[in-house]
Amino acid sequence: MELSTGVREKNLIHGRVLVAAFFSAFLLLLLLSRLIWLQLIETERFQTASEANRLQTLPVGPARGLITDRNGLVLAENRPNLQLLIIPEEFDDLDAAIAEVRSRIDFSDGDAERFAKNIKTRRRPRDPVVVKDDLSESDTARIAVDLFRFPGLEIKARPTRYYPYGGLTAHSLGYVGRLSLHELKNVDERRYAGTDTIGKLGVEKAYEDILLGQVGVERVETSARGQIMRAVEREDPKPGSNIPLHLDIGLTAKLYEVLGTSRGAIVAIDALNGGILGLASTPTYDANSFIGGISQAEYKALQSNRDTPLFNRALRGQYPPGSTIKPMLGLVGLHYGAVSWKTEYFSRGFFQLPGNDHKYRDWKEWGHGIVTMDKAIIESVDTYFYYMANKLGIDQMSEGMKWFGFGRRQGRDVQNDSPGILPSRAWKRAVRNQSWYQGETVISGIGQGFWVTTPLQLAAATTAVARRGNFIDPHFSVLEDLDAGAPVPIGEPIDWERMIDAMEGVLHDQNGTARGAGKGLNYQIAGKTGTVQIFSIGQEEEYEAAEIDERLRDHALFVGFAPAHAPSIVIALIIENGGSGGTTAAPVARQIFDYWLLRRNEGSIPPDLKYVTRINNQLLGYKNAGSQ
Amino acid sequence: MLAANEIGHIESFRPKRFAQRYGVDPLLTLVVVITTLYGLIVLYSASGQNISLVLKQAAHVLAGLGIMIVVSQARQDLVVRITPFVFGMSAMLLVAVLFIGVDVKGAQRWLDLPGFPRFQPSELMKLVLPAMLAWWFTRQKLPPKLSHLIIAAVLMVVPVTLIAKQPDLGTSIIIAGSGFFVIFLAGISWRLLAMLGSLGVASLPVLWMVMRDYQRTRVMTLLDPQSDPLGAGWNTIQAMTALGSGGLFGKGYAAGTQAQLKFLPESHTDFIVAVIGEEMGFLGISVLLILYALILGRCLALTMRATGNFGRLLSGSITLTFFVYVFVNLGMVSGVLPVVGIPLPLISYGGTSVVSLLVGFGLIMSMQRTNRVLSGES
Repeated sequence: MELSTGVREKNLIHGRVLVAAFFSAFLLLLLLSRLIWLQLIETERFQTASEANRLQTLPVGPARGLITDRNGLVLAENRPNLQLLIIPEEFDDLDAAIAEVRSRIDFSDGDAERFAKNIKTRRRPRDPVVVKDDLSESDTARIAVDLFRFPGLEIKARPTRYYPYGGLTAHSLGYVGRLSLHELKNVDERRYAGTDTIGKLGVEKAYEDILLGQVGVERVETSARGQIMRAVEREDPKPGSNIPLHLDIGLTAKLYEVLGTSRGAIVAIDALNGGILGLASTPTYDANSFIGGISQAEYKALQSNRDTPLFNRALRGQYPPGSTIKPMLGLVGLHYGAVSWKTEYFSRGFFQLPGNDHKYRDWKEWGHGIVTMDKAIIESVDTYFYYMANKLGIDQMSEGMKWFGFGRRQGRDVQNDSPGILPSRAWKRAVRNQSWYQGETVISGIGQGFWVTTPLQLAAATTAVARRGNFIDPHFSVLEDLDAGAPVPIGEPIDWERMIDAMEGVLHDQNGTARGAGKGLNYQIAGKTGTVQIFSIGQEEEYEAAEIDERLRDHALFVGFAPAHAPSIVIALIIENGGSGGTTAAPVARQIFDYWLLRRNEGSIPPDLKYVTRINNQLLGYKNAGSQ
Repeated sequence: MLAANEIGHIESFRPKRFAQRYGVDPLLTLVVVITTLYGLIVLYSASGQNISLVLKQAAHVLAGLGIMIVVSQARQDLVVRITPFVFGMSAMLLVAVLFIGVDVKGAQRWLDLPGFPRFQPSELMKLVLPAMLAWWFTRQKLPPKLSHLIIAAVLMVVPVTLIAKQPDLGTSIIIAGSGFFVIFLAGISWRLLAMLGSLGVASLPVLWMVMRDYQRTRVMTLLDPQSDPLGAGWNTIQAMTALGSGGLFGKGYAAGTQAQLKFLPESHTDFIVAVIGEEMGFLGISVLLILYALILGRCLALTMRATGNFGRLLSGSITLTFFVYVFVNLGMVSGVLPVVGIPLPLISYGGTSVVSLLVGFGLIMSMQRTNRVLSGES
């Protein structure tokens, strides 16, 4: 009986075990079918998903093209720069992460301010933001050991633009800066996939397209945390092309040296091809300040400086040209028959319109006596030009002067230059809604009144004279050399030669307004001085330089070229509140001609880099002193 | 008291088998050793070629095998005798965990007693609860009466509730399962089983109400992993992607991108089977399934041969629990069951799991032996 109980219970349990075994086997088969579905039927779908997980396509930014001067010296280069970058999206508590970083590396208040500004700038999602530029070796070491703890932080060597002569070149080359979201809308976004800077100004902006290069692509394997494990394939980026300039860095240093601490601008142009040999605008600033994003304090100092270092006087400064346009105006007068070379005009100390007792005064109180065109140029006789302008009339005057490039932008690779104003009846009607008065024609005859020009325009117009009636657009790069210029359809060749002879007289004649600057020359300079009133003095008052505020003094101007009969260099210069063109501007111009023609011997010798660096350092030092 | 059952056993009259003579079942031991070796090979890849981790796990396996052999030598009557005491002690430890347990990842599961390595008392319960229930039913006539079942249910509810409170839903379900298997094998009537089943289904909404938020999320995620692909659904999606992208032959040993690039979470513990599937493909998975089938088959055979009701019930429960491990883990990784923290038996990294499994096998082996005292008497 007991035995049968045992057997019965054993059989009961065994039966249950078998039921469970079958049920388990059934479940195992279900599982197996699930695995077959996953691994053998849907394989492709999951393989695709797995590849998408693993591989990521990353853009590789190209190296930006270099900018070189006429001797091949690099003016804009790419410098290796270790940057600490952060992807803000990776952090829930960004402030805490930054505090952590700050505790490890040398992080100044300026760095903090720059970072605060950088992070506020709108950018592409997941674009890294620079925490600190130019990491030192010790900073790099200190942060690198802990980098794995912050998956959103990385140290990257990113080439950064550097201008070795940032003070000398700021106004011509401009600079690159961080690509803003707004700028991104106006460019092909794909080309900038691996680049976060863009040319903002100057040559950097003009040749952005060529300098940029072509973005490359790298397929990388990434971990689940986004860490790059290895490159699978890579299409190398194509570096941007270099831009060779006409600019001569040695001459540019000279331009800044002669300007010294005065406010002013100089443009030097190669008479052979219209290339800009040098461009200076004082005061200047360091172009390198803008690359990584300028700090608020530094920007404010530049902005609030009353000498406006950020203002490009050479391209955007609008000055009355004064007497510097007399040679061009004379040629226009001759062309339209207002005067001839033989015309003799008796200069008293003033000119009067018929039926009007207003006296248009000459700079020489008692007048110049009998004056012909040659003498009017050499001695800069205002009354002659009052008379000629009045005979010529505003319509023909502005029509003729258009050929010299006034009243319009110079175009080509010159960025952001101002058009100036070439006055005309139409202009006055359009802008001021007033009719033209005869007296306005008279003062236009000596480059005053509504007429304003930029130093670049003056240089370009003077180049047209140096080229004996061929206007060529001024330009920075040799890439723009293809054009041979456009003839100025005014006068005969003999007129141009004679005008140039007269301009030679300005420096070399015993009565020339710049005869002081022409002393002891063993080559010939053709030039013209200009002294521009920016402060009206009464009809019967005397101008006493010492008695009026420095900033109300006359601007000193000079345009010219040398050697007069085989010109290689054309210069236009203005020194704000510098006084007289003959005594202030012309001697400055002389130093530049000397540098170019005597020391540089046709510009084929590379400049003394020690000298260039010294001048650049002086400039930046001056800038600092000026902003205090 | 046991003598009556044991003397009537037919097997005691047969020539003694190897297992009966030496305690260790060679076939089960062989398959288990092959499986753990397979596990160590996979672990090397799954851990990102971390050899020290593999050596550690090898040490766990060796220790487990040693303990298995020791346990397999145990006399069944001794096991039966100490069961109630061990059960009482384990229950007390579970209570202790609630008060002085160590907090790891938001759950209080570990006990750090001086002089002992840190351990989870719930792990003990996995073997002790079925033993306790087997002990209880061995003292009753089978099939059990309702009153006996109610007492069994009480014995079960206490540890299961304590563990669920830690909280450790996975383990408490596993332990409830192991207890339920004893009751099932003891012959609970089908009618009662059906009633309990429908009651269980009816109480699902209640269960949903008492579940914690993260537990509900896991269930929801199972139903629709794409609802939160970077959050709760991440594990499931990445595991399925790993398995599926492996195809028939896999991507090659240590060459699975999902595992090696860390897209796969917990790749050396709970989700290790996805590494096998990705790197060794369906073939690698098949090898694993065959190994498991062999283990289960052998364990079932040993259960059929176990002596006495205690031995049968305990062996059967351990075997079925082992199957549950396999099924739940594979179901979780292949996306048919919610994500619960159940390691893949004998393969996943972790000392506690492999040791307790091997102790279980040791117990199954020990249940083969006739009671020496009793056979001596006969």
